Amino acid sequence: MKKTGAQILCESLIEEGVDVMFGFPGGVLLPFYDTLPQYPQIRHILVRHEQGAAHAADGYARATGKVGVCMATSGPGATNLVTGIANAYLDSSPIVALTGQVARPFIGKDAFQEIDITGITLPITKHSYVAMEAGSLSGIVKEAFYLARTGRPGPVLIDLPKDVQEEQAELHHPGKLNLPGYKIPTKGHPMQIKSAARLINEAQRPLIVAGRGVIISRASAELKQFAETGQIPVITTLLGVGSFPENHVLSYGMAGMHGSGYANKALENTDLLIAIGMRFDDRITGKVSAFAPHARIVHIDLDPAEIGKNVRVDVPIVGDVKAVLQAMHEVIDAGEHIEWIKQLDEWRKQHPLTDIKDSAGLLPQYIIRQLYEATGGEAIIVTGVGQHQMWAAQHYFFNEPNNFISSGGLGTMGFGLPASMGAKVGRPEKTVWCIDGDGSLQMTIQELATLVQDNIAVKIAVMNNGYLGMVRQWQDLFYDKRYVATPLSCPDFVKIAEAYRIPGLRVTRREEVKAAIEQAMEHDGPFLIDFMVEPEENVFPMVPPGAAIAEFIEEPKKEVSTWPRQSTP
Amino acid sequence: MATTKHTLVAIVEDKPGVLNRMASLFRRRGFNIESIAVGHSEVPHLSRMTIIVNGSNAMVEQVRKQLDKLIDVVRVSDITGDNITVRELALIKVKANSATRSEIIEITDIFRANIVDVASDSLTIEITGDEDKIDSMLKLLRGFGVREIARTGRVAMVRGNLGAVPAEEKAARSRAKK
Repeated sequence: MKKTGAQILCESLIEEGVDVMFGFPGGVLLPFYDTLPQYPQIRHILVRHEQGAAHAADGYARATGKVGVCMATSGPGATNLVTGIANAYLDSSPIVALTGQVARPFIGKDAFQEIDITGITLPITKHSYVAMEAGSLSGIVKEAFYLARTGRPGPVLIDLPKDVQEEQAELHHPGKLNLPGYKIPTKGHPMQIKSAARLINEAQRPLIVAGRGVIISRASAELKQFAETGQIPVITTLLGVGSFPENHVLSYGMAGMHGSGYANKALENTDLLIAIGMRFDDRITGKVSAFAPHARIVHIDLDPAEIGKNVRVDVPIVGDVKAVLQAMHEVIDAGEHIEWIKQLDEWRKQHPLTDIKDSAGLLPQYIIRQLYEATGGEAIIVTGVGQHQMWAAQHYFFNEPNNFISSGGLGTMGFGLPASMGAKVGRPEKTVWCIDGDGSLQMTIQELATLVQDNIAVKIAVMNNGYLGMVRQWQDLFYDKRYVATPLSCPDFVKIAEAYRIPGLRVTRREEVKAAIEQAMEHDGPFLIDFMVEPEENVFPMVPPGAAIAEFIEEPKKEVSTWPRQSTP
Repeated sequence: MATTKHTLVAIVEDKPGVLNRMASLFRRRGFNIESIAVGHSEVPHLSRMTIIVNGSNAMVEQVRKQLDKLIDVVRVSDITGDNITVRELALIKVKANSATRSEIIEITDIFRANIVDVASDSLTIEITGDEDKIDSMLKLLRGFGVREIARTGRVAMVRGNLGAVPAEEKAARSRAKK
């Protein structure tokens, strides 16, 4: 029996296990949307801006490990996806983006709402397709999902001309995939694993830095076993947060530009760095020439192109992190690094991250600690980009993978709200908090309407400091406090929420924090808290741009001891 | 870092947009493609590209790996250090009159090139060879006045039984030899 392209598309999506998608209709997608009600297995969530659809698919993918799906119409709909696709690309998040396209006879004619979206997204997709025949759709969908989720995951785009959605064709169940150019490294090379094991067994001050690759590979258990056997301390990248339990005795938190002092000290002093599923981003290396100066480096990654890209590596191991860690565990000796761990603990005492200054004001760090307490550390925390993002990474402690969802590589303001929406849809049993900034939230605030229409119970904590805080912080520290284009006049977020029919609260004092969080959690549905935090609080520690990773600036101590005491006579 | 000329051979699927994807990668990593030649390979639906780029070994290796990640690219090898045969074809239209024609024909013979078109005031010469050969012939012809040049860009092949195998395979092989 013949089916339309739209039917074939829907059935192929169901075949891939799709039960939810985030989309926004338009002229050339009418055949698809007209068909969609025939397939009630697919829940369609109508976003308010296509960027929200892409971020929601991304948040869904990160929370579940499954492929997220978003859809947008041709032209402006498709271009609105671009930021979200780029975000997924840089953080290796598996999404499939479906875009409408003008009918085949109009392609290349600059037709109404025609844009070359496969051309535009060429450098930010893992692969892309223009479906030029309805009969080819099932094969394309199968390939697209396979490519998105396997190997190093990433976004795949399928462009769907309007008349292809209407065209009749036989539904062919796609056979075996034929992708001769697609290679997925699996096990690491045994010789390389042996060389790495030798270095590990000899090292005095070994250190593991774990990245998002550990989470993607679902290798947290293997990492834990490996670290415990070798007694090797573990630090993580921003996107590796949660790959290793932060309450573990071998955990030394996050390293990098806003990493803990002790994690960065560890990087400076290690004699063997075991980098696992991470790509030596400049936010974690600092000045590359001064990075891990005493260390030999073992780099385990699935993507051969990441080996030696930014940092020289002594023993590269190309392979799936999980398989490599399993194999490596077999060949390493049970280790003991008492002196090294003692030294790290000493640094932890000298450079504590855990001190929150005893301020009468409302500090964002304090709020995040309260969120941690209230949720028992079990919530999924989704952030926007900026100071609040770093505070969330620093002050909420993550003991499970997939619970910290944040835009790392692209640093996309506005990621928080739509991504938290996707996370909650993907894991409805979890409490999902969107920790956002007043600047970041306003970039995608329209998705509040989506929360309401689809009853997605995301809790939103706005760290409202009236500034584009991270940029202001740089102006404060490196541009002589010239706050140009960073002071922000914000709307009344509680009233905004109410206008969207979301209950909200404003919190201005420390004492109100706990009760407000409890109220938000008790409410059955989305909830917003507008925390009026100290406007000029900075994120510390901070490695100044261009500096070595161990040259971090810490919170000015003077302020800590004098400021609150002045207020009490 | 010292830059050298690298010869990359890519086997790619014969699909729309492949060239675009590859060119996009070169542009993004800041590479200038000196020449690129594309045509069918011995396998149906697979094309073979010969790409000449300038860059340091590390940079070219990075681009090679990035190219290899493209789904439509079956394999890419840097055959620069190999024993290879490199050929390019050029069509050269050179001014000629009764006084100069015989001298041009003589040069053509010396280079074992062919005259493929004769007009009242010009000759078109077809020459095949490596870059040096074509350049030296061109140098001689410039004196007569060159009207037009069309060059194909280089195509390359490893001599002997070896094909354009992926670098990892080759590395493994050389490791085994040691």
